[in-house]
Amino acid sequence: MKKKPEDYSHIKGWGIDADPENEPTYPIKKYTGDDHQRLSYAKPPQQPSKVEILHSNERPGLTSVFGTSSPPSGLSGLIRRHAFTYSEGNWGHWLSLILADRINVWEGIASDLLHGHIPNIFAERGWNAELKYNKKGAIQKVVTGVLVTTVAAGLLYQLTRKKKKTNWL
Amino acid sequence: MIAMNFRGPFRVRADRNKPDPVIEHPEDAIVRVTRSCICGSDLHLYHGLVPDTRVGTTFGHEFTGEVVEVGSSIKNLKVGDHVLVPFNIACGVCPFCKQELYGNCHESNPEATAVGGIFGYSHTAGGFDGGQAEYVRVPFADVGPMVIPPDLDLDDAVLLTDVVPTGYQAAEMGGIKEGDTVVVFGAGPVGIMAAKCSWLFGAGRVIIIDQLEYRLEFAQRFAQCEAYNFRSLSDPVLFLKKTTDYFGADVCIDAVGCEAAGSTLQTITGRKTLLQAGSATALHWAINSVKKGGIVSIVGVYGPTGNLIPIGNVVNKGITIRANQASVKRLLPKLIEHIRAGRLNPKEIITHRVPLEEVSDAYHIFSRKLDNCIKTILIPPSARA
Ligand SMILES: NC(=O)c1ccc[n+]([C@@H]2O[C@H](COP(=O)([O-])OP(=O)(O)OC[C@H]3O[C@@H](n4cnc5c(N)ncnc54)[C@H](O)[C@@H]3O)[C@@H](O)[C@H]2O)c1
Ligand SMILES: [Zn+2]
Ligand SMILES: [Zn+2]
Repeated sequence: MKKKPEDYSHIKGWGIDADPENEPTYPIKKYTGDDHQRLSYAKPPQQPSKVEILHSNERPGLTSVFGTSSPPSGLSGLIRRHAFTYSEGNWGHWLSLILADRINVWEGIASDLLHGHIPNIFAERGWNAELKYNKKGAIQKVVTGVLVTTVAAGLLYQLTRKKKKTNWL
Repeated sequence: MIAMNFRGPFRVRADRNKPDPVIEHPEDAIVRVTRSCICGSDLHLYHGLVPDTRVGTTFGHEFTGEVVEVGSSIKNLKVGDHVLVPFNIACGVCPFCKQELYGNCHESNPEATAVGGIFGYSHTAGGFDGGQAEYVRVPFADVGPMVIPPDLDLDDAVLLTDVVPTGYQAAEMGGIKEGDTVVVFGAGPVGIMAAKCSWLFGAGRVIIIDQLEYRLEFAQRFAQCEAYNFRSLSDPVLFLKKTTDYFGADVCIDAVGCEAAGSTLQTITGRKTLLQAGSATALHWAINSVKKGGIVSIVGVYGPTGNLIPIGNVVNKGITIRANQASVKRLLPKLIEHIRAGRLNPKEIITHRVPLEEVSDAYHIFSRKLDNCIKTILIPPSARA
């Protein structure tokens, strides 16, 4: 049976934005045809680039503004520059960037050490919170970790010992 | 200044010596942050799923703050204004901004053309440092930021920078007709707001799906909707078909995005091995449980490479898909009215207030959904005094 608006009286504002004219809705609600001007619109002033900014090859140059955080550097930077030779539709672009991101983590650790800072990876991973709110889970994880390492070390020891024996003979 | 600093997947810390941001463009402003949230979108960065997330960058795209410096061309803001800053960086003059597609600005992100600039959201979204810091550079400060009306609570204001407009837009894009059955996948902050807003469009029935009992309980109360745990449904799509007389929902909303649980195949290919741009389980369910001719509205975030979804069913069922980043600025006046009238009460979703210095723990808690976490706000020391 079809419900009536009264049936929704417990919901404050029910139907207040119901609009039979909500068609076509967002994202083409305010379509103006402006995009047919292409790039001929009056651009905002250009931000000067003081650090290296990579830009998608699907556009002619930089945008009016951009972020200047962490410019490309090191090996990850080389890979990022290479990534931007591919278009955004290309797997080479994104997979190269992910590879660069992973290498960047090691560069980050090296840079920390060079600056005399030993990263507290335990704290950075928020493990204090894990201990506080999920003690059981945290302990379980540590115990499993220790067990796996012990078993692996044991196996390794056994294997290397056997090798030594065969060498002896 | 103190700022969140990304060191690699699952590793973040609060650094005390990040240089303060400076004006780099005549339309910039510098803002001293008073509130800054952690978003489900930040988790995609935190988990290493977004390409070009560089070590050393600062996240944070949902923040309020006080203007401490303005560029030479700024007209609408002055030093001392307390503003809420939409997460989209938008120039206001390109053809996309002119059409209120503020999430698709053509002048704020050199690194990718698909999306406009977003604060603290990797170099794929423009390489801007974000608001999980004491200070932040805000480009195009005459366009996005809004002076917070004196009667608006600061906690509501900060949620207007993303979560509320995103949830509202999810419902709006669903083209809800009076009496429609709307299914929302995901009972995070975004899904909860989407469920709540669906009623404003005249939905007849609102159903929310998640796997976390504490969130479902909250959503049921807060959004006055039905809530189901997909872990206790052997087949969520079949369940939704049955509960709609074997028709399917009129509208399905994906408020989960690329870290969906619920399918081993999707999880392994999408989250563990990155063979696809995250796991598309919720979107898969949405497409399969909407009616023929129905609408799927996507606000969940996915990576740029591609995902396993049943596109054949989209064709055969004649489904309309609508999706975008939220266009925050265009929705603010209406949403502030809804808050004033008590139709929306966003700040109730805040469960955690954490000093910015404890950002590592805050991320971990939100990522692992510990301590019944729904929404976390980081507060810099200067805003606590
Ligand atoms: N389009 C936009 O403008 C925009 C803005 C903000 C957030 N987002 C995106 O919205 C999504 C949700 O954000 P959030 O802050 O609510 O995140 P969240 O992580 O707090 O919530 C996601 C919820 O989805 C649930 N979930 C996981 N798999 C599911 C499945 N198969 N079916 C149903 N629920 C499932 C999780 O248990 C969790 O409660 C994210 O992808 C985020 O990036 C988009
Ligand atoms: Zn967000
Ligand atoms: Zn623009």
